Amino acid sequence: MSTSSLRLVWVYPDLLSTYGDQGNVLVTERRARQRGLPVERVDIRSDQPVPTSGDIYLIGGGEDRPQRLAAERLRRDGGLNRAADNGAVIFSVCAGYQILGHEFINDLGQREPGLGLLDVTSARGTAERCVGDVLADIDEQLALPQLTGFENHQGVTHLGPGVRPFARVRLGNGNGTGDGTEGAWCDTIFGTYMHGPVLARNPHIADLLIRLALDVNALTPVDDRWYDALRAERIAAATAAAT
Amino acid sequence: MAERTQPLSARARLAVTAGKAAAAVSRAAGRGSGSVIGGRIALKLDPDLLSRLAGHLDVVLVSATNGKTTTTRLIAEALRAGGEVVSNALGANMPAGITSALSSGGNARYGVLEVDEKYLAAVAREVSPKAIALLNLSRDQLDRAAETRMLAERWREGLQGTKATLIANCDDPLVVWAASSSPNVVWVAAGQEWKDDAWSCPSCGGVLSRPGDTWQCSSCGFGRPSPTWVLSGDTVLDPHGTAWPIQLQLPGRANKANATTAAAVAATFGVAPQIALQRMQSVTAVAGRYDVVSYQGRDIRLLLAKNPAGWLETFSLIDPPPTPVILSVNARSADGTDTSWLWDVDYTRLAGHPIAVIGDRRLDLAVRLEVAGVDFRVCTTLQEAVQQSPPGRIEAIANYTAFQDLRRTVGN
Ligand SMILES: [Zn+2]
Repeated sequence: MSTSSLRLVWVYPDLLSTYGDQGNVLVTERRARQRGLPVERVDIRSDQPVPTSGDIYLIGGGEDRPQRLAAERLRRDGGLNRAADNGAVIFSVCAGYQILGHEFINDLGQREPGLGLLDVTSARGTAERCVGDVLADIDEQLALPQLTGFENHQGVTHLGPGVRPFARVRLGNGNGTGDGTEGAWCDTIFGTYMHGPVLARNPHIADLLIRLALDVNALTPVDDRWYDALRAERIAAATAAAT
Repeated sequence: MAERTQPLSARARLAVTAGKAAAAVSRAAGRGSGSVIGGRIALKLDPDLLSRLAGHLDVVLVSATNGKTTTTRLIAEALRAGGEVVSNALGANMPAGITSALSSGGNARYGVLEVDEKYLAAVAREVSPKAIALLNLSRDQLDRAAETRMLAERWREGLQGTKATLIANCDDPLVVWAASSSPNVVWVAAGQEWKDDAWSCPSCGGVLSRPGDTWQCSSCGFGRPSPTWVLSGDTVLDPHGTAWPIQLQLPGRANKANATTAAAVAATFGVAPQIALQRMQSVTAVAGRYDVVSYQGRDIRLLLAKNPAGWLETFSLIDPPPTPVILSVNARSADGTDTSWLWDVDYTRLAGHPIAVIGDRRLDLAVRLEVAGVDFRVCTTLQEAVQQSPPGRIEAIANYTAFQDLRRTVGN
């Protein structure tokens, strides 16, 4: 950790905050504070430089045009790439996930370069938009409980050899490639198509980000009663919808 | 009273009759008011029916993400000063519902029509409105993938060159973008509490700076036009700068904004603001919204909030703590099945209120409130939530189908 408090950076809420993405920030902040950690939350608008000394960066989902604008501004700024070089933890959702990759298709139908922080390449899907509850098994290397999320996207993301799938779907589409993969991760950088927002339904992923930032193996437990109840309900709903 | 300038053709008359018959069948079968199915059948028999039914009317269309049903109602009350009004008062706001409403128009002089955002341009082409009121645009029903800026773009393209006078909110950058391609716009400063769908310039994508009540793009200069009608506290300032008091029975800032727009619309139809505003005072509830009902010996005020902007406006009108609050959220098809918007609502604003949560998605609400750090209680039914609420009038805030459930439960 770079300072005495956990520095949580929310990247471009003015462009990439369409699907309740603030929730991922709020959940991470809340769970860090519940462990007695001081948290400094920094919201960076797209006309401000991205600080390079953050501990955890969250980047959310957005519509096609804001996604292109965000990619342009993040490339020009360079701060997120420097933060990644510094070993920062980065968690990205949907449009933000695509931006972390090599390229995606922008609102003008053109190939837009991403930041190259994840070895993935995104295209626009030709099938129907993927909308609905998702149930998936998170990569066993991460040793986390099942992933429950809600997807709402049309993108298709192909993974290169430099990343591992974040999860394998039991129900739902995930990366949309038809191979059952969902999201991608490498070292301390993560991408997923899940909203919900995903950390509200999977608080142990928020805890993983905090653990990676602190470089510790475990955190003191907190009261997960309502998270557990929501998880059970959504897992049951996804299962029922699939049968 | 205006006369029909052209009698309806035999085909149009047949279509109206068939539509009414279908509506009656639908009502008898217990499927609601039947207005939509009736309109759909009538439109199938005569695709030009909508334009023909509107032909003899002075029409105003009202569209927005929030407030269109209420504003439609307020405009209708105001215009009744000048003649009979036909309106889709129950909110059936797509072409079939609008057709059905107009079919029952009789000898009306005015058509006051709420229109779904996605159908505005198409309906405007059919009915040649004299005025179109544009209130606001913000995120709603995320799973439908109707991007907010795309809606503004569709309005802009669809309304280009319209002969109608646009009465548009200059405090919403997306509305300004949509309206500013039209030759004839009356700008209304109606305010906008929710700003999170317009931080980037609809024109060039630059970052909007929003000091105080105004806004401007830092890159291309696209900015807030100066208004001719202004909502100022509890008064409407007309184009001469004269202040007229708003004395609505409907609560909240958002309804004062709706009244301001309605007064500006009424003026384009020759109804003076003092008369328009006086007439609006008679509205106490709109399709059940704002109704205070008695249930289990308690008074409950029913409030509808469908999206983050709506919740924000609703929080600003409820009675202060310790007034008990019941929140209900569903995620059925009509609500949008993506509940992530709950995280765009600032529930810390409810701190100090005793809160009970119900609805299909009460557990999503529970986690949301837990993270917001406010106390709450999860209940399975309205009855349980009411019984557990401390004394005082209860504010019940619900999204679309949850609101319908509430109304059904309390027999409203
Ligand atoms: Zn601009």
